[in-house]
Amino acid sequence: MGILGHFQKWLVEHSVPDWASYVVPALTGIIIALLFLFLMIIVFIYLERRGLGRFQIRPGPNRAGPWGVLQAFADFIKIVTKEDIVPYAADKPVHFLAPVVSFFSAIMILAVIPIQKDAYITNLNIGILYVSAISSLGAIAIFMAGYGSNNKYSLIAAMRGVAQLISYEVPVLLAIAGVLLISGSLGMVDIVESQNVPFILLQPLGFLIFFIGVGAELNRSPSDLMEAESELVTGYHIEYSGMKFALFYLGEYGHMVVASAVMTTIYLSGWKGPILPPAMWFLVKMVLVCLVFVWIRATFPRIRVDQLMSLAWKFLLPLALLNLFATALEVMWQDKIGWEQFPWPFVFLNLGLAIVFILVGSKLLFKTGGGQVEV
Amino acid sequence: MVLKSEPMLISMGPHHPSTHGVFRMRLVLDGEVIVDVEPMVGYLHRGIEKLAETRTYTQVIPLTDRLDYLGSMTNNWAYVIAVEKLASIKVPERAEYLRVIIGELMRISSHLMATGFLGNELGCTFTPLLYMFREREKIMDFFEMVCGQRLTYNYMRIGGMSQDIPEEFLPAVKKFVAEMPHYIDEYEQLLSENEILLARTKGVGILPRNLAISSSVTGPVLRASGVQWDLRKSDPYSIYDRFEFDIPTGTVSDVYDRYLVRIQEMRQSIRILEQAIKQLPAGEARSKVPLLLRPPVGEAYAHIESPKGELGFYLVSDGSIAPYRCRIRAPSFTNITALKDMLVGWKIADAVVIFGSIDIVLGEVDR
Repeated sequence: MGILGHFQKWLVEHSVPDWASYVVPALTGIIIALLFLFLMIIVFIYLERRGLGRFQIRPGPNRAGPWGVLQAFADFIKIVTKEDIVPYAADKPVHFLAPVVSFFSAIMILAVIPIQKDAYITNLNIGILYVSAISSLGAIAIFMAGYGSNNKYSLIAAMRGVAQLISYEVPVLLAIAGVLLISGSLGMVDIVESQNVPFILLQPLGFLIFFIGVGAELNRSPSDLMEAESELVTGYHIEYSGMKFALFYLGEYGHMVVASAVMTTIYLSGWKGPILPPAMWFLVKMVLVCLVFVWIRATFPRIRVDQLMSLAWKFLLPLALLNLFATALEVMWQDKIGWEQFPWPFVFLNLGLAIVFILVGSKLLFKTGGGQVEV
Repeated sequence: MVLKSEPMLISMGPHHPSTHGVFRMRLVLDGEVIVDVEPMVGYLHRGIEKLAETRTYTQVIPLTDRLDYLGSMTNNWAYVIAVEKLASIKVPERAEYLRVIIGELMRISSHLMATGFLGNELGCTFTPLLYMFREREKIMDFFEMVCGQRLTYNYMRIGGMSQDIPEEFLPAVKKFVAEMPHYIDEYEQLLSENEILLARTKGVGILPRNLAISSSVTGPVLRASGVQWDLRKSDPYSIYDRFEFDIPTGTVSDVYDRYLVRIQEMRQSIRILEQAIKQLPAGEARSKVPLLLRPPVGEAYAHIESPKGELGFYLVSDGSIAPYRCRIRAPSFTNITALKDMLVGWKIADAVVIFGSIDIVLGEVDR
């Protein structure tokens, strides 16, 4: 039972009316989730901007507050005070709802993330399934924005976005399936509890596929095709300004926060770790994931749309299937031999397998370059 | 069932962020694939050729700064060579060497911008560009030392330079020349072997050798198409016949080759700089030329290898203090004539990259 569960029990014991004992913990949960998300978004924005600055031999924003920590607030005030312009020919309800959908899908995922043992809003027994279902709402938000803006660049971005997000769901889910086989549960808390060794070590290939796929779903460079500023100006949110743009911006970083939380939970053994308090470990791991995202963004150019699709279907999907197959075999043997408490041989075996699969796969399955179409 | 589909028409520019200014492409798209493209120019037309007719020969020099504003020094240079040819003016030895030093620094600066922005167009989050800005900033500082300006220099004069270099200039350039190869290695480390960059540029936007020649493309784009044509070697102007350097050429004529040619040209420019600094003679930096120059009736055409290609000035004199006609052969304008042949069949993302690999400056295209 989580902290909120105890709270509810306490309310019931102190003869609070029935309806209140349901509503009050729920509202508390929502507020905590919102606060946590906003706080982490600010941390991530700060890390991203300062980190990018460091990668690009410049200081980054350093004027607002000590070391520029207040820059995000300053930007927020600036954006909110701007005029909200809606194109004349836009589909107004769709245009209005798109940023809302984008932002709220991020909060909804946070409900099942255990920050530490017991510190979650709800412990769904289908946690991972819920996460992947809600995270695909982001595709709908992007499509709504792109279609509703009535702008050609947005429309292209929307087409790209939907294709990309749907394609990358497949390898990501197959990669997660490997984790589920080992942990034997869909619940997020159970997944963390079952990680005597972080699953990044037991599932290196799965983690890589998950990481690339999540990067593509998050619309992060090098797969930020939906807001490619050099070709589609800024893609799906080109016609957004003011508060709506701020919501998109928050939603984007919110998804990043959530994705690193999910990654921490299912691959980096969540709150587990020595010395530091568990919740601290969770935050440290999240920030590390964020820094890796920043590093990748600072280094790589953008991949092209057809290359991105062929990467998903021709490279990641076969590898994810192979990974699932290998994991299934291992789990079968593990039961026979009883290596439950001693998974290190599997760690090295899987690392070797990952290297072999990637090297062979990149030679056989995937070709880049060229791409001219006869017209 | 076959769904009805129609091509989408996109007007890319003049306010699009990656059209290097105010260039406009009318793209006809089939999904993401470009079916047709119509380049449209003229959004930055300031009538520089016409303005030149109303100014004295010296007063035209600041106008040339505004052509290719990433290579102002070489614009000055091409113009003053044309006037010197028209009026048969001798240039002092020291001035020639200074012009070579300044011109090669300008070439490095321009190529840095071209490769940096190519990175941006490929979708790097400004990282290569900011690394290249670091070195471009040093070159800007050199130019500020010699003439006080950082963008529109107006440094060259008919018959020499406006003034001699200050004494801190040469040591600083020497230090830069010694450091620069290391920095170029750094760029190559970041870009040349980058898997995504290779995927995005190799085999993309091929301009075949014959087409490149027949559309009179010049500069790095032509050399990337495998033609060894560099005016510094094929028609040596100034004192380029005294230096030892190679002309890098490409083999596949794609975007990657253009990138590589630019990187190697920077290395060659450094070779020229090393030799020029070593040989720099003492003496006057400017010969005596009347302020109101009246060249004899006649015409002259001078062309140089500017960072973008062959930059030519055609001047007609009627014996007065102003040119009767000034015609500018701008490399950027000529180079984009081959745009359609490179673009058709590629995706909209490639359009930006291919366009960026030609490296045009709109100030020069529209004049």
